[in-house]
Formats: sequence, C-alpha cells, structure tokens
Amino acid sequence: MNELIKLSAAELVEKLKSSEISSVEITQAHLDRIEATDGQTLDSADRSAGKDGLNAFLHTSAQQALQVAEEVDRARAAGEELPELAGVPIAIKDLIVTKGQPTTAASRMLEGWMSPYDGTVTQKVRAARMPILGKTNLDEFAMGSSTEHSAFGVTRNPWALDRIPGGSGGGSAVAVSAFQAPLALGTDTGGSIRQPAAVTGSVGVKPTYGSISRYGVIAMASSLDQVGPCTRTVLDAALLHEVVGGYDPKDSTSLNEPVGPYAAQAREGATEGGLKGLRVGIIKELNGDGFQAGVNARFNESIDLLKSAGAEIVEVSLPSVKEALGAYYLIMSSEVSSNLAKYDGVRFGLRKLPEEGPVTIERVMSATRAAGFGDEAKRRIILGTYALSAGYYDAYYGSAQKVRTLIQRDYAAAFEKCDVLVSPTAPTTAYKLGEKTEGDPMAMYLGDIATVPTNLAGVPSISIPAGLADEDGLPVGIQFTAPAHEDARLYRVGAGLEALLNNKWGAPLWAQMPDTESLIRDFDFGGAK
Amino acid sequence: MSDITRETVAHLAELAHIEMTDAELEALASELGVIVESVASVSNAVSDDIPATSHPIPLKNVFREDVVGETLTAEEALSGAPDEADGKFKVPAILEES
Repeated sequence: MNELIKLSAAELVEKLKSSEISSVEITQAHLDRIEATDGQTLDSADRSAGKDGLNAFLHTSAQQALQVAEEVDRARAAGEELPELAGVPIAIKDLIVTKGQPTTAASRMLEGWMSPYDGTVTQKVRAARMPILGKTNLDEFAMGSSTEHSAFGVTRNPWALDRIPGGSGGGSAVAVSAFQAPLALGTDTGGSIRQPAAVTGSVGVKPTYGSISRYGVIAMASSLDQVGPCTRTVLDAALLHEVVGGYDPKDSTSLNEPVGPYAAQAREGATEGGLKGLRVGIIKELNGDGFQAGVNARFNESIDLLKSAGAEIVEVSLPSVKEALGAYYLIMSSEVSSNLAKYDGVRFGLRKLPEEGPVTIERVMSATRAAGFGDEAKRRIILGTYALSAGYYDAYYGSAQKVRTLIQRDYAAAFEKCDVLVSPTAPTTAYKLGEKTEGDPMAMYLGDIATVPTNLAGVPSISIPAGLADEDGLPVGIQFTAPAHEDARLYRVGAGLEALLNNKWGAPLWAQMPDTESLIRDFDFGGAK
Repeated sequence: MSDITRETVAHLAELAHIEMTDAELEALASELGVIVESVASVSNAVSDDIPATSHPIPLKNVFREDVVGETLTAEEALSGAPDEADGKFKVPAILEES
C-alpha cells in the first residue's frame, strides 16, 4: 500500500504545489487501493461479478481520472495557475449525474443509463480539475440507512466487514474512510452523509439547504435533499464545500449568497483558543436514554474537551423533535412518491413489457416499476401515495408540515441561547448487516432520530469522529448544528474539536482502524453477495 | 390498529403504477400498518393555528432571465430512451383495443 493515500486533501495540495508528488501518482495510488480493497476490476461494466471486498464503488473511471491527472501535471509543469484542489481525486455518489460515466442511483431502473449532461457539482469538480475516480454505492435512490438496499450489493464497513457502512451514502463514506479516495460527494435527505460518516469514523457535512446546487442530482425528497462533502478531516470538507458550493440559476432553491470562507474558519478553529467563548447547546432530547452506552460515553467526553477549551456548555430543549421522525417519514415518502413517478419506462431507463395480457402504456409502466424498483423504494412510494391520498392528506402530510414549523421554531429558540447545538450523530454504532432488514420496518428508521430534524429545518450540520465505543470498538460520531447560512461556524467548531481529539488520541481516529487488506483476506464472504 | 388492508395497498399500488404480487400486497399491508401507526402522532401534535412549512428556507418567485441557453439536443434527450421513432419517444398503445 502506498502511504500517500493516507494524506488528507489539504496535505496533498501542499505536496502537489511543491511538485513533491504528481497528480498521476496520487490518482494511481488511489486506483490501486480501490482495486486491492473493493473487490472489483477497474472500469468494468460488469455488476454481477462476485465482489469480495468493500464494494464502495459501483463504477470506476480509471482511464478518465488518469487523463485528468496527466493534464493537471502538465499544466502545473507549464506554470499555469490552477484551482486549489486541482489534481486531488474525488469519488461521487452515484445519485449525481455524470456525462460519460454511468449513473444508476443503485437501481435496476437506471442500470446502464448514461446521463446526457453533467450535474452542476460534477461540472464544478471538473472545472476544479479534480480527477473523478468513480461513482459510489448507495441505498437505491438514496432510500435507506445501511446501503443494504442497493440493487448492486451491500457496501461493507472497513472497521468490521460484517457491519453496515451507514446509508444511504455508505459508498462515499467507505471510499474516504478506507483510503480509496481523499474526498467524496454525498447527498443528505435525512442523514445520508452524516450517519455513514459517524459509523465509519469519517467527516460528513449537510450544508444549509440551498447552499450547494442540486441540478443534476437525482431527486429523492426535494424539500430535504442537500449535497455535501464526505472526507476524513474537517478542513478537507471545508475545502470541498468551497469548490462545489454557490448560487446556481438552474436550481430554483439555490441560495444567492457568497460561499465560505470555510477553510479559513476550519484553520482558525483548530488553533489554540479557537473555541473560547463559543456557546454549545446540548440537545436534551438527543442523548442519554435510547442511545448506546458507548455513544453517550464518547459524546460526554467530547463535551468535556470542549469545556476545557473554553467553550460554554448549556442545555437546550427541542420539544418537537420527538415528532421529527414521523414528520420526516411522511414528508419524505410523499415527495418520493411524486419524484419517482418519472421512472415509467418512457423516456429513459428500464422498460419492461407485461408478461401476459395486452401491451398498453399503463401496463408497461406498472410492469416496469415492479421490475425496476426494490422493496424499500416500493414501500416508500406506497407510503407516500397513502399520505397524499384523499381523506388522509390533512391528517398526515398537512400535519407533518406543521410539525416542521414547530421544529423550526424550536431551533430558532435554541439558537437564542447558543451558537451551535450538539448531539451524537446516531444512537448506535454500526449494526450488523441484515440485522434490520427483516421484521419491523421502523427498526432502521429509528436510527435517523438525531439527523432528520436538521433536514426538516434546513439548518446545516456536521458529523465528526468522536472515538470508539468501549463495548464494540466501533466509531461514534458527534454532530454539530448551526443556524441556516452559518455553515462556516460548523467548520470552526468541528475543526476545533477534531484537533482536541487528535491531540488526545495522539493521531487521527483512523490510525486505529484495522488493516483493510488483512480484514478482507480473513473474511468469509460466503457468496453472501 | 390502522385501517390499512390488502385492498388498500392494492388500490395504492394501482395509483402508483406498480404491479404487485399477492405476497407483496400482504407484506406491505402489515408493514404500512406499523409505519403509519408510529407516525400518526404528528396529527395530535399540531393545531389549526400553526402554519404549514413546505420549504425549509423561505424563497419566493424564483425566476431566471428569459434568455436562450444551451439545452440538450433531441438526440441527447433521446439517448437513454427505451424506444424512439422520428426523433420522438415511442410508447406502446395508449388505449386498450376494445
């Protein structure tokens, strides 16, 4: 294994600028790592091959990535002025459309589909001259919290291969935590960036709603969806946010306001005294009871560190947060049922003819949607159809939207008493694959309790590693939330705590992660995939 | 208990244009019952005087300039179509033959 894959994007930038290493070397090292740990052949279109590895990627684009890297190296040698992250490779969640590479949303519905255009964030990544390593795995159409609902096999957690990597963006979180990519893009509708970050010991940010364009991001629930960075360090997340953020006239929910400065805030937060006087509000309803002991222990330890660094700790209450999960599942599924209506076998993707009877368009649609969608997608479409149907609309969808108002008011009241809010990111560490896919359909949803409120309110949140739970040795995440438009504050406090924790551990948390290649060698994949 | 029966799900599946097997209808009826029961408390948590929030960050009247921009060509737009003819999407019969 090439040690340079362990460098952060910020460190890579320094080495690229001083010409100590080339983008081709960096890109090749990450491609080699993917090949060694992901259980797939680079650039292969074959999704049925046995994948005895992490399966973080649904598709790689090694040739294209190396070509971009070569161009960057040539440009640098010629003294051309380059964007900050030029030459630093990135992985992109397969929910974001990319021209010239497949986009599947991890669904049979879009298997083999090629987008005729690039999403805005894809364009920005290309304009920043960052080699795109490939597209990462997710729960189908981003619906799930474990990446087990991908049509193309589960992604495995590099801390323990029999555990979930979180979801929906398990692929992006694993790509960065297992050193397959220094940076990745995710999307977060109810925690899909932050919960995978928490359970893989990495960093994930859900920016303020509208901070990053969603043009070319396959829509799940439009009033909740947001694009964000997946990285190993807070500074890297800040740097990536600065690249992909900003106003886009192609997204009508895009905020017309300046981007950043985020990296500068992260750097400042990590300095001595960077957290002094910061008022941190512990959300009473989101820790303690119902949270795993090891999660609470690491959470409390971080709070003590913040206190020792001069932060002022207060307790705040978000009384309506107990209704957040219900409101979230009603609003999200309603919007899902509408957004996924376009997959009907007419304009793109799968078309399946009915096995018997007349071949009419309506029957083709029904057969196509039956064959193209997995169980979780169907469950949410039907729930949403129910919540929006005559006679139930006011009681369910209407009430959920009112709960949303209450939650926004709770946040507004809480932010009068503090600068940021804090809670664990998820109530548990990574659970076992298969543990929550059978039986009670609410079991998986309950894991979203601490992440969905911020999507409902549109406020930004960051999850950073808080250490390992004593009982299972698995990563725990801590989540900070700031008022809308105050993303910079998250980078400051996130980097501040990260520096305190790294100092305590003597190294970043990932230094304690088992060696991935040995784990894979010793693991019995048992043809389970 | 919720009022979601196999027939309810069959009706919803028809509205949502998803063909379902008997086994799927059965399973979904019981799963939806559990889900709806656990989210139903939202309707008791609110009152008439609370306004609904449809969007987290208030924005209104978002328009762009009415200028000709780059768009997909017909060929690009059709590139992922399951079937096409004469530069258009081609679909099976709209009406069932009587």
